[in-house]
Amino acid sequence: MRFAKKDILDIESLEPHEISMILDTAQGMKEISERPVKKVPTLRGKTIVLFFQEPSTRTKLSFDTAAKRLSADSLSLSKSSSSIVKGETLIDTAKNLEAMKPDIIVLRHPSSGAPHLIAKRVNASVINAGDGIHAHPSQALLDMMSVRERKGKIEGLKVSIIGDIAHSRVARSDITGFLKMGAAVSICAPGTMIPKGIERSGCTVSPTMETCIDGADVIMMLRIQKERQGSILFPTEREYATLFGLNKARLKLANKEVIVMHPGPMNRGVEISSEVADADNSIILEQVTNGVALRMALFYLLAGGGRHADAH
Amino acid sequence: MLMRIKGARVVDPGNIDGKKDIIINDHLIDAVVDPENVRTAADMETIDARGMIVVPGLIDIHVHLREPGHEYKETIETGLLAAARGGFTAVCAMPNTLPVNDNRQVTQFILQRAKELGLSKVYPAGAITQGSMGQALAEIYDMKQAGIVAVTDDGKPVENSNLMRRALEYCKGLEMPIFVHAEDVSMADGGSMNEGPFATSWGIKGIPNAAESIMVVRDIALSELTGASVHFCHISTRESVEAIRQAKKRGVNITCETAPHYFTLTDADVKDYNTNFKMNPPLRSEEDRQAIIHGLADGTIDLIASDHAPHSVVEKDVEFDRAAFGIVGLETSLPLSLKLVQDGVLTLTELVNKMAKHPAKIIGMNNDIKPGNTADLTLIDPEDTYEIDPETFRSKSRNTPFSGMKIKGSTFLTMVDGRVVYQRD
Repeated sequence: MRFAKKDILDIESLEPHEISMILDTAQGMKEISERPVKKVPTLRGKTIVLFFQEPSTRTKLSFDTAAKRLSADSLSLSKSSSSIVKGETLIDTAKNLEAMKPDIIVLRHPSSGAPHLIAKRVNASVINAGDGIHAHPSQALLDMMSVRERKGKIEGLKVSIIGDIAHSRVARSDITGFLKMGAAVSICAPGTMIPKGIERSGCTVSPTMETCIDGADVIMMLRIQKERQGSILFPTEREYATLFGLNKARLKLANKEVIVMHPGPMNRGVEISSEVADADNSIILEQVTNGVALRMALFYLLAGGGRHADAH
Repeated sequence: MLMRIKGARVVDPGNIDGKKDIIINDHLIDAVVDPENVRTAADMETIDARGMIVVPGLIDIHVHLREPGHEYKETIETGLLAAARGGFTAVCAMPNTLPVNDNRQVTQFILQRAKELGLSKVYPAGAITQGSMGQALAEIYDMKQAGIVAVTDDGKPVENSNLMRRALEYCKGLEMPIFVHAEDVSMADGGSMNEGPFATSWGIKGIPNAAESIMVVRDIALSELTGASVHFCHISTRESVEAIRQAKKRGVNITCETAPHYFTLTDADVKDYNTNFKMNPPLRSEEDRQAIIHGLADGTIDLIASDHAPHSVVEKDVEFDRAAFGIVGLETSLPLSLKLVQDGVLTLTELVNKMAKHPAKIIGMNNDIKPGNTADLTLIDPEDTYEIDPETFRSKSRNTPFSGMKIKGSTFLTMVDGRVVYQRD
């Protein structure tokens, strides 16, 4: 079966069978990273531009590692090194990149919808590596991959997501993805961090942390942004941790076989206690490992084994 | 020179509704007569208007002409060409130009330019505060002497309540209408579309209804405090409509307008980060749209104005949250509003009130179709069916969400001071 999409912009635009195909492909890619020589020639001669308009270390590193393991040439363009600071529009920058004939552009951007804007203008495939507060599809896909790997399935699981849902593209993509694959999703946060109308997606908004994680198979804790402390969203990290932090006592409310996830970087002692983060049922580092495999799968499907031959 | 508009239905609410011929002598209406009573003269020019509806010249009291300062978006000339094509014999030009119209010189420049062009008329609105900065009153009387018909800091509110109070008191003495851009900026909080499930799903920061209605309620209170009249611009929410309805019942001296997009579209129509659906206030929910329609029908909403806000691709072909607010409206306002008549929301008479007579009244004009009045007339073809095509716009800008929409009703002819400034091909 061929992968028909040109771009990976958000989870909404992927069909369940496409998500399954991506996860299956990623599972196969995982083994490459276990080899002594962690490189295959699959995408030799392909060019991948990592265009990051927002600070990122792990996501960029993950995409870069994925490109190199497939032998693609990856080039980095950051905000300070791009002409955006000279006043160039995003579309013009993208068209200039396009003129250098890349096969894939990986874009991270502070504006929601920025990848959608350039995807319409360039022939290269566009992968959204996080746009504003909208979507972070590769993160949601690697989360689904990690859950499926541990639990053998996604359908029928209870997934609890706790944290700043309103400002989290990870949360939006995870909610959409897990619901699409048949899980039940419950979310919880201070009222200031629940976006209006989120329940229309099909998730449940829980009034307390306790009800949210009751019987959960998967608990995903979101990073609380320290810079928001003392703003109008929440008073202190201390109070946040008391109400919404995941600790050992709370974890007992969940399913015995629960797995704990976090997209990173963690604030130990705030949204997650150290003992929970380091416990056996924490798969936080597996998420990172799977992230590379998942991004290799995306590159492969977009530029190698999927649509490439006739779509370009 | 004599001109005869022949064979049309003339609709001037409270005055005429029927088949009449209109005789125009130079720039004035000479007579409105039954067709059989027309005395033809040798040099009389005839406009065959059978099947058309003649109404008092439409007035759009909320238009951004962009000149001076932003001529790459629109000029007074292109804006007035668009107005004429839209059936508007006059527009109120908002003062948020560069420089801001907060002084006599800018007012005079706009009026002088409009006079030279001889297209639709311009009634400028001046700024309430210097530079529309919300700090100190502008020279409103001096601008009035120069020709402004209203004041507004449109584009932003007067945030300081005490300053707004004083502005109302000051303008009351000058009999100068104040147009209010009702927005609590701290509530809007940098949002780009209506707060709700669609904004959440697109990851776009939302603007809640309360950002508008809080200010509507405040300025109702200030109108009651001062006794000054207030006109609310571009009302978009059900809460605002209800607040205005209740205030009017109490006898508060207020009026309000809405724009065609608020009774035509909702936030569900904002898709694929298309910035032609981004305006301020934003497209609201279906419930709000219904409340706007209801408010138009029961008279709570006095009039329709387009909030014509031309922007070039430089401001629009960018990331959604960075794109400028606003859409062009002069050339789509009439057909979109005629749909209200086709849908049975308004009678034609009510529509003519909302697009011609009420706007005129608010700015102190009289556009009745009667002998001795200036021949500012709009001829509407109610049956013309077509697709909205931005490429046909006379405006310099193309930022419309209505591209491709099938619509019925168009401007057949626009007459200003007895001269034809637009006639459909």
